[in-house]
Amino acid sequence: MTAMREAFFMAIVVIAGTGGELCVTRAMKRVGEVKDFSPRNLLRVVLRAFRVGWMWLGLSLMTTAFLALLALLSWENVSFVVPATALSYAVGALGAKFLLGERISAKRWAGVLLVCLGVALVWVG
Amino acid sequence: MKNSHGLHGKTFVLILLMVLFGPLGDVFLSKGMKQIGAVSSWSPSGFASLFSQAFSSLLVWCGIGFLILFFVAYLLVLSWADYSFVQPASATSYVVVALLGALLLGEVITSVRWTGVLTICLGVVLVGGTPPRTTEHA
Repeated sequence: MTAMREAFFMAIVVIAGTGGELCVTRAMKRVGEVKDFSPRNLLRVVLRAFRVGWMWLGLSLMTTAFLALLALLSWENVSFVVPATALSYAVGALGAKFLLGERISAKRWAGVLLVCLGVALVWVG
Repeated sequence: MKNSHGLHGKTFVLILLMVLFGPLGDVFLSKGMKQIGAVSSWSPSGFASLFSQAFSSLLVWCGIGFLILFFVAYLLVLSWADYSFVQPASATSYVVVALLGALLLGEVITSVRWTGVLTICLGVVLVGGTPPRTTEHA
């Protein structure tokens, strides 16, 4: 039962976390490519971003993931973050492909998988 | 071609800012919170005192400032670059943390951790060799 509960919360950490980032990406694509980096325009871009619904959905999902992480941390030690953080790179790439229509070449997949492996090694070490 | 070159350039600069500001924010926040000490009471008044101590700490404010800069850089880069480009590329922050730990704090880094750092670098180089944007511009 405890294992089920932990698996459930870990799924929330990974899915809500990457889902939230995908929503934020969608919001920023709606804002459009930033070309003018003057402080005044940057402020305007950020304010415009917060008027897009996807941004709020994204931030809500990221908050949910953070709360699920805190809940997990209160039951378990930090070792579970290894699979969670490593997995989120693979889940993020899949989400970007199927939800945002990004084209992920074999080269990019190879890079993503190496990053997954590397992040897991850094945490274990 | 010139356009793609410019896109690579500004993507590189913003990801560099992200991987510097993110870990800096974490370090300041954690130093600030450690200065305050462990949470001793979970009562509402205990929380209120924790928050008032945290928000009167200069270190905590520096941490929050760096994390805001990190988030702004993240938003800006996502306005043109793929998520599947930015997310793995920003894993360079693990490399920055390991190097800062080893060089500035004299932390001992195990061979497994160095292997991880090198594997991340290799992955980031591969991702960095792909075009930052593969979707149509909205």
